[in-house]
Amino acid sequence: MVAASAPVRHKRGFKVSKRWLPYVLSLPALLTCIGILIPFFTAVAYSLQRYRLSQPWAREWNWGQNYLNFMSDPAFWNTLKVSLSYAFLAVTLELLLGLGIALLLQRRTRFNNTVSIMLLMPLMTAPALAALMWKLMTNPGFGILSYYASLLGIEDMRWASSPATAMFTVVLVDIWVYTPFIMILLLAGLRSLPRQPFEAAELDGVPRWFVFWRITLPMLTPFLLTATLFRVIESIQQFDIIYAMTQGGPGDTLTVFQVEAYLNFFQSTNVGRSAALLMILWAITYFLSNLFIKNWLRLREKARGEA
Amino acid sequence: MSPVERVLRGLAITLVILFFMFPILWILLMSFQTNETILRVPPSMVFEPTLINYRSLITGKLQTAAGSLEIQFMRNLWNSLLLSTSSVAVGLLLGVPAAYAFARLKFRGSEDIAFTLLSFRFAPPLLVLLPLTIYFQQIGLANTYIGLIWVYQLIVLPLILWIVRGYFEDIPADVEYAYRIAGHSWFATFRKIALPLAKPGIAAAGLLAFIFAWNNFIFALVLASADKQPVTVGALAFVTASGIQYGQIAAGIVLSIAPTFALAIYAQRYLVEGLSLGAVKG
Repeated sequence: MVAASAPVRHKRGFKVSKRWLPYVLSLPALLTCIGILIPFFTAVAYSLQRYRLSQPWAREWNWGQNYLNFMSDPAFWNTLKVSLSYAFLAVTLELLLGLGIALLLQRRTRFNNTVSIMLLMPLMTAPALAALMWKLMTNPGFGILSYYASLLGIEDMRWASSPATAMFTVVLVDIWVYTPFIMILLLAGLRSLPRQPFEAAELDGVPRWFVFWRITLPMLTPFLLTATLFRVIESIQQFDIIYAMTQGGPGDTLTVFQVEAYLNFFQSTNVGRSAALLMILWAITYFLSNLFIKNWLRLREKARGEA
Repeated sequence: MSPVERVLRGLAITLVILFFMFPILWILLMSFQTNETILRVPPSMVFEPTLINYRSLITGKLQTAAGSLEIQFMRNLWNSLLLSTSSVAVGLLLGVPAAYAFARLKFRGSEDIAFTLLSFRFAPPLLVLLPLTIYFQQIGLANTYIGLIWVYQLIVLPLILWIVRGYFEDIPADVEYAYRIAGHSWFATFRKIALPLAKPGIAAAGLLAFIFAWNNFIFALVLASADKQPVTVGALAFVTASGIQYGQIAAGIVLSIAPTFALAIYAQRYLVEGLSLGAVKG
């Protein structure tokens, strides 16, 4: 710590004082991101304006009007409902499935490790491309899933192009892509649990379901919470899968926040409404991500401690 | 384990593998077929494999019933490679020193700044992208690689920053102090001690950032036009352009997902930690 108070001499001869060094090191990264903060504030401003790209002359501040309009706008409530049900359905099913698979693969055998790496492949597939793959599989002409559905007696299953099954289809793709994420997080969690409670329970002949509900699940809770929050934040903002598969259709069946905002901006050129929608989405994710970060910090602390 | 349980477990694992692997396998098989065998009813696993789909993708000539069609798929693939590689390079250049500052040199506001950077990871991307489309027009960054690489930092930087920071924090500071006391500058310490020790973390963060950049869809969809689009956006346009050449679409998908698969297998050790931003050790 001798050098701590002395100015640090750089090789080329210019001096960076110890006090400024951290700022100098992190400044480039910061500046890059501040360039991105500007559009954020612009978006806040847009959301408080009447602003249509097609009618630039009519652009004016209308303050909270865009938000007030939402109250009586069925399309907005539809967006909210669709986004929430998408997130709820996808994350719940992924949690159940992911937990199940993690429990199946819990023991460290070579076979289990190979399987868990294989299962990572869907997660490594770009969600937009995954949607494309499933679009081919559900093609009414030659799609293998349509064929199997017809074998099961479900003739004329129209998957993503029918309002009745569109949500089911995109959630299915979401499950295919993101269950592996939850699975590997929970698998890492399960494998990091201390052995003693389980060994003690086994010696005492405690039934397995009791061990699961009273020992495994409570000890796994921080991991479950991290996985859930992470996925809720992401899935409430889902765009790639839905846009690549149906562009929000059929009709307004799948107009989740980001898809609706995208269509508002590029198709109906209603910048004000689009920005206001995104601000509401941002508020939701901001709240959730604060929760996530708090929980994540605690878990990270633990992971570091055990390392 | 009782025999019944053994059978049930085996069955469950088989079903899981089937569900997650079948789509990839099916697309892979489809990419070696012509429309003739793809459209056969009932579908069959037996066919004579052909490389024609890959050949026409690579040469850029698409043979359709209506004649020959130019396609830009290789261009998309090249764009993906260029955008992901440069974004990661820039991200590492900016992110690693910053990560070091956050890990070692606790300074006023450091936690707040680090959190602000992390929170970008969770904000809706369109919120930033839509105003950017207008700004980029004004400052001449619209549809340029530089503009795109800059925006890609939104996903690349937080990832690199938080993973690499964790690795720096794992290195005992004593080694660095000892080196400093021996009379070396902080820069020499950073270069000779800290960087080599954190190398696995930096490599892992770089690989993961590459995968995320490669798989990104929304940035290029909003900000790039056809000649700058990566495969994720290009493949979608390709579907409409190629009409009914399903084998070629499948081959395009296979070529687009192969690089990330290869990297994932290579970097599997770091995947868990990276995906959870270091919250869970793999």
